[in-house]
Amino acid sequence: MAKNVRPRVKAPRSAEAGEVVVIKTLISHKMESGQRKDSDGNIIPRSIIHRFVCDFNGENVIDVKMEPAISTNPYFEFEATIPESGDFQFTWHDDDGSVYEETKTVKVG
Amino acid sequence: MNFTRRETMVIGAAAAAAATLPMPALASKTEDLIAEFTGGAEVGEGGVMLDAPEIAENGNTVPIEVSAEGAEAIMVLAAGNPEPPVATFRFGPLAGAHRAKTRIRLAGTQDVVAVARMADGSFTKTSKTVKVTIGGCGG
Amino acid sequence: MRMQAKAAIAAALIAAPGLASADPDDDTLIVNGEIEMTTKTSAPEHMSDTYIDTIMSGWHFRSDETQALQMDDFDNSGMIFVDTGRAQWEQVEGSEGNSCASCHEDPADSMKGVRATYPKWDPEAEEVQTVAMQINDCRTENMGAEPYGYTSTEMANMEALIAVQSRGMPVDVKIDGPAREMWEKGKDLYYTRTGQLELSCANCHEDNYGNMIRADHLSQGQINGFPTYRLKNAKLNTVHARFKGCVRDTRAETYKPGSDAFVALELYVASRGNGLSVEGPSVRN
Repeated sequence: MAKNVRPRVKAPRSAEAGEVVVIKTLISHKMESGQRKDSDGNIIPRSIIHRFVCDFNGENVIDVKMEPAISTNPYFEFEATIPESGDFQFTWHDDDGSVYEETKTVKVG
Repeated sequence: MNFTRRETMVIGAAAAAAATLPMPALASKTEDLIAEFTGGAEVGEGGVMLDAPEIAENGNTVPIEVSAEGAEAIMVLAAGNPEPPVATFRFGPLAGAHRAKTRIRLAGTQDVVAVARMADGSFTKTSKTVKVTIGGCGG
Repeated sequence: MRMQAKAAIAAALIAAPGLASADPDDDTLIVNGEIEMTTKTSAPEHMSDTYIDTIMSGWHFRSDETQALQMDDFDNSGMIFVDTGRAQWEQVEGSEGNSCASCHEDPADSMKGVRATYPKWDPEAEEVQTVAMQINDCRTENMGAEPYGYTSTEMANMEALIAVQSRGMPVDVKIDGPAREMWEKGKDLYYTRTGQLELSCANCHEDNYGNMIRADHLSQGQINGFPTYRLKNAKLNTVHARFKGCVRDTRAETYKPGSDAFVALELYVASRGNGLSVEGPSVRN
């Protein structure tokens, strides 16, 4: 697991049924591109988060394939429809096999 | 907008540098990636929006936004990066809008390209030139 | 879409950043739609012998896109490191079995206003102390832990956690009494040319703020927004690391972060921002 990875998610705590809400996510990650060299001229191996997924109650909202051109500390903003009370699940997949997860509960009504 | 002489020179130099880049090689890489995404289908224009700053203060962190109403997926490419792929957004059944914002790395002044796959299987694309300035000291 | 994006940045039109130009702009910085920042105000009395009558946050010198990143805590990448700083705050370390929280409990109460008044004279230590020095004193004296590196990631995280408790409060560092000597020393340094380029702080940040340095707008070099998340290196940057970068850019051997010289300079530069709001962690390019 990459060092000091910390997710940060903004999602509303409550919504109307069928409401469209804005979600913002940030995660601390160096997103090493695999194109940089160290001081000895050796390539620093690629180490990025290559996929980000947001689901709500098991149904998909957005699924992002990420490349090394995504900036350090990846940020996403997108919109989701809330059909009923339930949980947002946010998942980030690291090149090294680690999976970082965050859950946010939304109440309808 | 007023440019100082020095600012104009920098912008001119960036444009000159962009013009001398080995564009054909990079362009074909981008075209190959688009062809891969579309399966060779024809790509139209319109219906997909790409918002990016005209001038990015730092190429390391450039905010962009893409949207295409009714799109299944939007692929973003940076045509002038050594490796053009940036991200592909796939929208699920609970997507509240077919739009997303993120922050990307641009190696220099170049075109950013967004290609959308619509629900009917058609494709559409747009692009925007982003000038990446060579910074001073950042303060 | 552009309209919508602008609307998302700030509900109030007043908060939408204006057009970029070489001069500082007249935008209003409101964070999260609630914390209204003083980003331009009259220069403090002690600056009456300078060319500057209005002091301005570095925020005014940045592009609309960069400005927007500081207007919402979920767009501000610096805020992740506030979260990390909070985890450090709770972490028991060292021989005494203490964390920061053991003595200081909730930073929202105990650290409110702290960033606004530092650096300041510590009567017990009989020296001017920065927030970073105070943090390390706590670590070595009260926790029995290793000090953080002066400009380390951990220090920057902790400084961000402390700064954020004072966001919106006016910078108010004391320059009289026993702090005066260090302040005078800092002022001397501010006007001393260094390096092969023979530039002082004032040559750029007093004589030429608002002008371009290559493709970049020179600011007044205010430090009310530190620690600051820079797009350039995508991390939090501390004041002394920034000073070091500036002095290095004059092609000089730099002073060491944490040195008396930089502590004095921090006190002086902080005092040039007396009246601006604490913004840390800010976002700059």
